[in-house]
Amino acid sequence: MIAKRSVLTDEMVAKIEALAPRYPNRQALTLPALHIVNAELRHVPLEAVAEIAAILGLAPAEVQDTLSFYQFFYQAKPHGTVRAFVCRSISCALRGGDQLLEHLCHSNGIQPYGTTADGSLTIEPAECLGACDFAPCILANDDLLMNMTPDTATAALKQPRAKAT
Amino acid sequence: MQPFKPVLLEAVGVSDGYTLASYKSRGGYAPLETTLSEKKPADVVEMVKASGLRGRGGAGFSTGLKWTFLPKDHPGPIYLCINADESEPGTFNNRILMEDDPHQVIEGIILSAYATRASTAYLYLRYEYPRSWHRLQAAIDEAYAAGYLGTNIRGSGFSLELYLHRGAAAYICGEETGLIESLEGKRAWPRIKPPFPAIEGLFRKPTVVNNIETMACVAQIARRGVDWFKSIGVPADPANPRDPGSYGPKLYCLSGHVEKPGCYEAPLGITARELIDHFGGGVWKGRRAKAVIPGGISMGLMTESELDTPLDFAGPGKVGCLGLGTAAVVVIDETVSIVDFLHNSCRFFAHESCGQCTPCREGTSWSLRLLERIKAGKGRLKDLDILLEIGSTMGMMPGSTICGLADGAAWPIKNAIKKFRGEFEDTIKRTNPSGWMVTDPVPALPIVGAH
Ligand SMILES: Cc1cc2nc3c(=O)[nH]c(=O)nc-3n(C[C@H](O)[C@H](O)[C@H](O)COP(=O)(O)O)c2cc1C
Ligand code: SF4
Ligand code: FES
Repeated sequence: MIAKRSVLTDEMVAKIEALAPRYPNRQALTLPALHIVNAELRHVPLEAVAEIAAILGLAPAEVQDTLSFYQFFYQAKPHGTVRAFVCRSISCALRGGDQLLEHLCHSNGIQPYGTTADGSLTIEPAECLGACDFAPCILANDDLLMNMTPDTATAALKQPRAKAT
Repeated sequence: MQPFKPVLLEAVGVSDGYTLASYKSRGGYAPLETTLSEKKPADVVEMVKASGLRGRGGAGFSTGLKWTFLPKDHPGPIYLCINADESEPGTFNNRILMEDDPHQVIEGIILSAYATRASTAYLYLRYEYPRSWHRLQAAIDEAYAAGYLGTNIRGSGFSLELYLHRGAAAYICGEETGLIESLEGKRAWPRIKPPFPAIEGLFRKPTVVNNIETMACVAQIARRGVDWFKSIGVPADPANPRDPGSYGPKLYCLSGHVEKPGCYEAPLGITARELIDHFGGGVWKGRRAKAVIPGGISMGLMTESELDTPLDFAGPGKVGCLGLGTAAVVVIDETVSIVDFLHNSCRFFAHESCGQCTPCREGTSWSLRLLERIKAGKGRLKDLDILLEIGSTMGMMPGSTICGLADGAAWPIKNAIKKFRGEFEDTIKRTNPSGWMVTDPVPALPIVGAH
């Protein structure tokens, strides 16, 4: 089927198709496809949902249902070039995680889940990042920032960072 | 404490310990070669059953026994799912295994797939572990190149494909049927059981779901033998015919208010106090512990006077906790308000409930609102009874929900209020001097977001 696509590039489609032999049906490609699109666009707009559905042979509503369940994929607009997950679960909270989150939001002038005006940084509260031995911690794209204080976190988030893979 | 040398963590601190060459130099993959050439799948099942290995993912179910629930002579495919969703607050042992010794995990997976006659294995990895993702993918590539994965492994006739599959930051994908639904590309709503995954699992085929640390244990049992495994830990209680014992080494994750947080390997049955003092360097800043989470936040709380409880599969239950869980020990010092602790716990579960069962969706959300009200200085003593009512009515144990998330949400509520009721009452009376005795209905607080 040759459908006109406006969001998914041929490269993204090729990446999705390369995974197809791994699964006995195409619906199982939903999450990998969402990740492939999200890694490039930093969000998965509704048009992309329809295009993913078309190549997987699903109803757009099925893909949208899965996408919306996770609250992970931004849809209306992209998240920042750096997406910082600030852990607020128990081991981090015991060592200042909530204060860290508050400080970072305040100093960047944004609310939790907000993105700075220049699009460089999104700050999100996260549940346990599985790095409680380094509490409080932040996952910034693929980098784990360990044993953070408000000052070290502010400095670390100013560093340039490879995009999330 | 019995003298003990780490086995599961033997690669930690070894430079390039994550490479195939390092793993082989420590004796890795030799047991796999012997097994494939000399043993039948049933022998491997028998070995794991005889070792007494119980799943390390939280429920502690006998691994060998679970494998025997697969239908006999099934035409296939049979699937093996490796659970690396590791999202229970306080838990990071799977991360360490995947980052520092991925081949140990992979050898365990190949042995387990051989035992269960699975020809495809999916490793479901939580999104928040990018480093594990890269390390595992590199190790899988090495294993394929060396002929340990793929078609006709080392000439044995046995074939296995191993694929990484990434989650998207939802705790419920760790529940085994939630994981299966998520892998199938759907929302991660746990399934009603039975049918259990062994009969009808991934893509409606017989499926085994096992944890990463369980896989590492399988690799070590194949290398060091059943007797070695059974010589470690706590033997079955002869007075209790339903206790299968707690054998083998265990990875304990220690975090919170200790001097040296970390992942430590010890024989099953070490006490919380030994763990904190011997490995953790004691409670930080010379303080005392007020409470300790024995095995991830779902397991509830032990008080300071309960710290001599052995952390084996049976121990935490004896002091009213839910169980050993993930053996993630979180220390809460005497300066922390237990109200703040419970608020943090309720916030987590309200966020992570999948929303499918009404008692869980409403119970987790209302318990958070009650805790927010108490923290805002509007608490009433009556709220404690409401919280206890929520805690005792949601979950698989009262039979009102599909999965165990709700039991995990209920336990911290029940333990905290039963073991620290005085502190809750004091806080409420102090912060709401004119209203703590009110029993009339009060207006609701704003709705919270959930998954
Ligand atoms: C809410 C919930 C979350 C769970 N999360 C995990 C998890 O992250 N990792 C895991 O291995 N098991 C988790 N489990 C347990 C799994 O359902 C399953 O019992 C386990 O993966 C089986 O592996 P094992 O027998 O090797 O322990 C969870 C269970 C529940 C109820
Ligand atoms: S108990 Fe909670 S998390 Fe589990 S299926 Fe029901 S609503 Fe979902
Ligand atoms: S609680 Fe923050 S990483 Fe575990």
